[in-house]
Amino acid sequence: MLLGTLIYGFINSCILALLALGFNLTFGISGVANFAYGAIYIFSGFLTWITMNSIGLPYLLSVFISILCAALIGLLIYYIVILRVKGLALSEVMATFGLGIAIMELFRYFDFVGFKYTLPVFFDGSIGFGEVYVDYQRLFIALIAVALTLFLYFFTRHSKIGLAFRAIAQDERTALTFGIDSDRIGALSMAFGAALAAIAAIVILPLGTIAVEGGYEVLINALAVCIVGGLGSTVGILVASVLIGYAQTFTANYLEPHWMMLVSLIAIAVVLTIKPSGLFSRQKELEERI
Amino acid sequence: MNQPIPLLKVSGLTKSFGGVIAVSNVSFELKEGELLGIIGPNGSGKTTLVNLVTGFVKPTSGKVEYNNKDITGWAPYKIVSMGIARTFQMVRPFYQLPAYKNMIVPLYSPRVKKLAGGKYGDRDAVALDLLEEVGFERDSHVAYKVAGSLPQGYLKRLELAKAMALRPDLIILDELFSGLSLAEVASIVPIIEKLRFQGITIIMIEHRLKELFRIADRILVLNYGEKIADGPGEEVMESESVKKAYLGSETD
Amino acid sequence: MKKRKERIDRGIKVRSEDIFALSSYREMIYLLMPRAIPVVGLLGIAPFLSPYWQEVFISTSIYALLAISWDLLISAGLVSLGQSLFYGIGSYIAGALNHYCGWSPLFTIPVATVMGGVLCTVLLLPVLRLRGIYFAMVMLVLPLMLSRLVEATRILGGTEGLPGLTPFPNQLIALYVIQLALLATLFGFRRLMASDYGLVLKGINDNDRSVMSAGLNIYLYKTQVLFIGASVGSFAGAFGTHIDMFAGMPGFALDYALLPVAAAVVGGMGTFAGPMLGAFILVPLSEILRALGALRIVFYGLFLVVFIVGLPEGIFPYVQRKYHQLERWVELE
Repeated sequence: MLLGTLIYGFINSCILALLALGFNLTFGISGVANFAYGAIYIFSGFLTWITMNSIGLPYLLSVFISILCAALIGLLIYYIVILRVKGLALSEVMATFGLGIAIMELFRYFDFVGFKYTLPVFFDGSIGFGEVYVDYQRLFIALIAVALTLFLYFFTRHSKIGLAFRAIAQDERTALTFGIDSDRIGALSMAFGAALAAIAAIVILPLGTIAVEGGYEVLINALAVCIVGGLGSTVGILVASVLIGYAQTFTANYLEPHWMMLVSLIAIAVVLTIKPSGLFSRQKELEERI
Repeated sequence: MNQPIPLLKVSGLTKSFGGVIAVSNVSFELKEGELLGIIGPNGSGKTTLVNLVTGFVKPTSGKVEYNNKDITGWAPYKIVSMGIARTFQMVRPFYQLPAYKNMIVPLYSPRVKKLAGGKYGDRDAVALDLLEEVGFERDSHVAYKVAGSLPQGYLKRLELAKAMALRPDLIILDELFSGLSLAEVASIVPIIEKLRFQGITIIMIEHRLKELFRIADRILVLNYGEKIADGPGEEVMESESVKKAYLGSETD
Repeated sequence: MKKRKERIDRGIKVRSEDIFALSSYREMIYLLMPRAIPVVGLLGIAPFLSPYWQEVFISTSIYALLAISWDLLISAGLVSLGQSLFYGIGSYIAGALNHYCGWSPLFTIPVATVMGGVLCTVLLLPVLRLRGIYFAMVMLVLPLMLSRLVEATRILGGTEGLPGLTPFPNQLIALYVIQLALLATLFGFRRLMASDYGLVLKGINDNDRSVMSAGLNIYLYKTQVLFIGASVGSFAGAFGTHIDMFAGMPGFALDYALLPVAAAVVGGMGTFAGPMLGAFILVPLSEILRALGALRIVFYGLFLVVFIVGLPEGIFPYVQRKYHQLERWVELE
């Protein structure tokens, strides 16, 4: 029982980290809180399903198309909406919030509700650790989460765009004087965030069905992790994911699965009371938050 | 009635921001009615020192005592109610409100109410009087203009008027003269001298050394967060460490 | 030849605002008209509406109250993406008092208003120090999580909710009550924001550090504003729950979070009349488009985006400007 909880807790933590990475990336770089994040997640799930089942494309191709389309939507949102209200944080939040809800509810309107909307797993089968059986898909999720984290780490430190990302994140004005186009980088960060949401959707959704409610859940989970960890801090995101992930799994196993969502609520309340800036946040942020 | 207790006593004040030490073990005392100038190169921790004294930043260690009362780490509004007012280096007006309506906010504070004997009175009239005192011409429209449309000179005056509205015993002016022309500085200096004449203790942080040396009783010099000199103007300027900090040492 | 638009206050505005001795009926009408329109419009129309439209007006007024409460919070810099929190808590308190204790709506609604205000304020107290989007995030998450709490603990009827609550004796009376409450809130809030207290709130929104250095405890003010806003929202919830004769998890639903924001943005933030106008445009419109079902929310969401990007000032300030000012094109040298 304990071993199972430990393993599943780790996988749950990976899922949370995967969900929060994209949201955090966009916010950390361009300061845009993309409240349409959950909608992009659900959109990618449904798009993969449509391209596979209605159009009949092979799995890998539809995955590719979904990730690309998600990134494209991110770009479009940035250029059509965000750019016009840039700098007005509240307008950005409200606009992406409205847009996200519009996208999600559109799927409900077109009757994308039911158990038939599932994505295939990447690898079938399961593996036993002692008495605990873990299916390959869950291991795959953990693998992807670790791989993406490492990729982002090296990307932001060793590639040109990645360095520009970090420059903008640290000081937009100074970056501007060095000839970095902050609008283009902002749009790219949106696209990257959206693509990460799509990847998360494609590896996580096979565990259940694709449902509109899932979009809200994803947004809440991503927000909870970011609030607890401290927005903009990747280390914070990872630590918060592990904390909340294990807390959720322990509650689900030893209390009742219903209580799982409450764990995040309690975590938010506790962290905000003790350290309003989140566990790992930079000094600059503290100024902005309180 | 010679009080041996200083009005403000700062001892061993230290603040580090995640490893970077902004203010390091600074101590000084301030007598009632004194005008203290604080100078130092850019990034020497002057503004952090003000933030520490006024409660905007909590110190890592050290103590701030005011009127023999420990006020270390108090919330800013409590410190104001004790009688310490400040201005900001980067002006912080309410951009959407007319200049005289900007004055209403400090005039609304509990301190003003207490000093006025429980009644606020006509705040608009008081606001206009104060603005006139800092150089908003009474019969012009400047005081009625939205703060966002005022030039820097008026915004600095507004900042000063907002601090004066609190009727403080100690007023801390953070680079009030920066960004102003010589003529504007010359017109503000008499206002400060008048405050002093009323018995208000003043701390001025300044880069305009010439004006500062003329009106200050004492100069405190900060460099890399440390106090390197404290005393009358001429004495401070003679000090080797100050010369080094400002001009750089020749042996480097 | 370049041109620029020049705006000049109408003479009658200047005369009737600055000089208090009103000299003519024309000036008095000029001042009274904008205030009379909502009063006469709401109270006068009520008896002539069909029962169906009376119902629509009741729910519109409930949404309008939520929108006005949202507008008060934003005036002090608090972005609430979860007005449903206030609505849900108000509805559950009123519902529980009626369901378990058998109190009449005459008592449940006032008690729910005050208790809801207190409860929401206490819940949000730890978050109050956060600014801008951080507060918005928590506000968005809270109602959704509270509905999970109800689901998980099965308290207050769990997913079934509390059915069979006492309805109002007469629909027209109910309509009058909610409309009077709405008008009182509208004019009360407008008066509040025009006072010096309101100036302090605007100051907090504009530059909170400056307010702190003026010797005011901004958290105290934020708490007060939150209490007022939450009370109004809880009132709307308590009222709505008796209209529906049901209290349940739908009280925390997204409709109550999204529509007030959309209404305020469409109508014009910071004016109180704007959000009310916005609610009176959006809710009846969605009634007309009822056949579209779930598309209703899509449509609110899009309205919100289009107005934020296209007409950020909103309808009401636009109309207000036309009423008070002349516009003309001036040629630039």
